[in-house]
Amino acid sequence: MNLEKMYQEIILDHYKHPQQKKLAPLDNGAVEVHHVNPTCGDEVTLRAQVIDGVVVSVTWDGLGCSISQASTSVMAGLTQGATLQHSLDLTAQFLSLMQSKGVTTEADEVLEDGLAFAGVALYPARVKCALLGWMALKDAISRESGELNE
Amino acid sequence: MPEPKLNAEILKKDFPLLERTVRGGKRLVYLDSGATSQKPRVVLDAERDFYENRNAAAHRGAHQLAEEATEAFEGAREVVARFIGANSREVVFTKSATESINLVAYSLSSADSPIQWIPGDEVLLTEMEHHANLIPWQEMAKRTGAILRFIPVTDEGLLDLTNIDTLIGERTRILSFTHASNVLGTTNPVRFLADLAHSVGAVVVLDACQSVPHEAIDVVALGVDLMTFSGHKMLGPTGVGVLWGRFDLLESMPPFLTGGSMIEIVTLESATYSLPPKRFEAGVPNMAQAVGLAAAVNYLTAVGMDAIAEHELDLVTKAISGLEALPGVRILGPAGPRGGALSFLVDGIHPHDVGQVLDDDGVAVRVGHHCAWPLMRRFGVAATTRATFYLYNTEDDVRALIAGVERAQKFFGSAP
Repeated sequence: MNLEKMYQEIILDHYKHPQQKKLAPLDNGAVEVHHVNPTCGDEVTLRAQVIDGVVVSVTWDGLGCSISQASTSVMAGLTQGATLQHSLDLTAQFLSLMQSKGVTTEADEVLEDGLAFAGVALYPARVKCALLGWMALKDAISRESGELNE
Repeated sequence: MPEPKLNAEILKKDFPLLERTVRGGKRLVYLDSGATSQKPRVVLDAERDFYENRNAAAHRGAHQLAEEATEAFEGAREVVARFIGANSREVVFTKSATESINLVAYSLSSADSPIQWIPGDEVLLTEMEHHANLIPWQEMAKRTGAILRFIPVTDEGLLDLTNIDTLIGERTRILSFTHASNVLGTTNPVRFLADLAHSVGAVVVLDACQSVPHEAIDVVALGVDLMTFSGHKMLGPTGVGVLWGRFDLLESMPPFLTGGSMIEIVTLESATYSLPPKRFEAGVPNMAQAVGLAAAVNYLTAVGMDAIAEHELDLVTKAISGLEALPGVRILGPAGPRGGALSFLVDGIHPHDVGQVLDDDGVAVRVGHHCAWPLMRRFGVAATTRATFYLYNTEDDVRALIAGVERAQKFFGSAP
């Protein structure tokens, strides 16, 4: 297996120049979550704000490997400005890509830069790294929706 | 030049797994023995032989097989006892070293414990403990009201004994610490700490998981009261650990797991318990695993523990100098004297990514917090890359490690 398959240029670019890696102020009902990967100690703090069914802001900070950092960057870029439903769909699609063992489908195209992580799905130990930020988003959205429903 | 005492190139032929390749035909360079060691054929054969020829429930039944199974199991106990300079009635077989420590923490805090806890009594640990020698005590503290205290670690990775006199005092009931750090490679001053703890009447527990597999151990000379280690880190099978204890102390300790095999007399209302070690071995024991462990011990003894220690020190010393020669690589832990666990950081590259590049070259290392999360925090890092060495590792393995780290630096463009 060669390394370049896993560490695509897109991934290294996001790792070196992460998007939205600066926590926005916690106001107007924004939600903050903190997720860790207990097997390696990687962590991400994520703040998300949903207004009228649109995820208007996704910002984060974190410590971790290139895969977790790049994946969180891609996730933040894709979901900020998207509708709540589309963000959840993207999350589900990314999860399915991670379970694909590297075989992509047309449906994965919506993931744009996220498609670059297909190679990561070949390394079970790294799938959790790639999912860290996405699972934080999912958690933030469900908490936010929970609060909205109250 | 003196003849090397140990020839790893020859020894590694005894380990079937080390013959396999990984990641598309790469030679396997196994540098993760600190997590678990590979097994020589004699260990696998011993387990198979037990199942094929002597399998029956030890200590039960009047038939010949039961006798032979008992003999095999008790014979294994003798072998393990001799290996650490102990009497066999002081050797308890557990499932793992983790179970051993849980056994001790639970037994010493139950109603019949020889230690009667008064809230505010103290358990002294160190900042460099594996979670297995931390969390059982946290749980025990909840039950007893005990306070956990910690011997700090210096920047160099040694125990900071500057204020040891204030840490060990009349409230100290238990001192439990690791002989050799699984992260830093630090070897701790066991006798010194044990004597200090005994001067205030504390019970001394030693986590010897990273020392018993790698050096000659005389448990009496160490001066501790209880000691734990695991079989699978010393060429033995998984599913078997050891608790050694001073017999009079073991005899005063109530059981942890209860059930069959560990009793004297049972009525519907109550039971009395066997003497150690059986008191602590409820259920049909892990006979095949104990037999496998004894085969591992015999193998290690035949190679020679001093030769193994010398070989590993040679490898780790070469690895340290090779890694230190790379700009941007920092070793965590003491220069020496030290054990074989070697943790390092590569500037600008997360340990997971270092490990991934090494893996691509067939080099298996451990990355992460090594079940010592508080120690990671102490050094302000989330994770490290760790190489650990054993008798089957060679200088080629060390070269592969260093070349892999260089490749990671090139790959991620972080080479200064």
